[in-house]
Amino acid sequence: MAELNINERQAGDVTVLDMSGKITIGEGSVALRTAIRRLLEEGKKRILLNLAGVSYIDSSGIGELVSSYTAIGKDGGQLKLLNLTQKLQDLLTITKLLTVFDVYESEADALNSFK
Amino acid sequence: MTGETTELTLPSRIDTVATAAAAVADFVGRSGISDDAAFGIDMAVREAVTNAVLHGNRQDDEKVVEISLKSSPDAVEISVHDQGPGFNPETVPDPTAQENILKTSGRGIFFMRTFMDEVDWTIRPGGGTTVRMVKRR
Repeated sequence: MAELNINERQAGDVTVLDMSGKITIGEGSVALRTAIRRLLEEGKKRILLNLAGVSYIDSSGIGELVSSYTAIGKDGGQLKLLNLTQKLQDLLTITKLLTVFDVYESEADALNSFK
Repeated sequence: MTGETTELTLPSRIDTVATAAAAVADFVGRSGISDDAAFGIDMAVREAVTNAVLHGNRQDDEKVVEISLKSSPDAVEISVHDQGPGFNPETVPDPTAQENILKTSGRGIFFMRTFMDEVDWTIRPGGGTTVRMVKRR
């Protein structure tokens, strides 16, 4: 089984990536990077990462979230985060990234925020 | 269990991070430390081994990463040794400084210091860096 599974679905003009597994150095970080690059190449610039199933993230994974956020922003798009686990929320708090990312607990609220 | 010691010697590859983390999780599980402490140790070990593989040994397959695990009634101590040129951790910028928040790297040492009670680095005379990390019970 892959370290990180990513399932893509469309909700209006927002692309939702349901992610489960680990975003860690190596396979997990590369999988996220590859998915975001592909979406940008396809012109999909409104992206919601559903992180409910992400059990673990390391500094490489957090770096990849930042890289995704800035790449999408430079392309005129938006990246938002949904359903952070408590551990991930804690990590984003101590790294001061919780103030950078737009974070939601409800998918409906997250989707509405893109409008 | 208390008073156990384990040594590991692993290759300088990215997959060593997961191998080391699994071995440390086993060790920590036997040590009877709390789940929260075990999470912090896991985070710190992954970052320390990542640094040893990438920045210390630079994935040179002729170099190895040595890991030493010790548990005592008071603490769990983990040392990670690489065979790289050594570095000064004080030169690593603070990743939470405003100008660094959006950098894509540089948070590993911050996590090690955040999750462990003691972290120090020693450059061995014969070469290589040892990072020693302690989590008190």
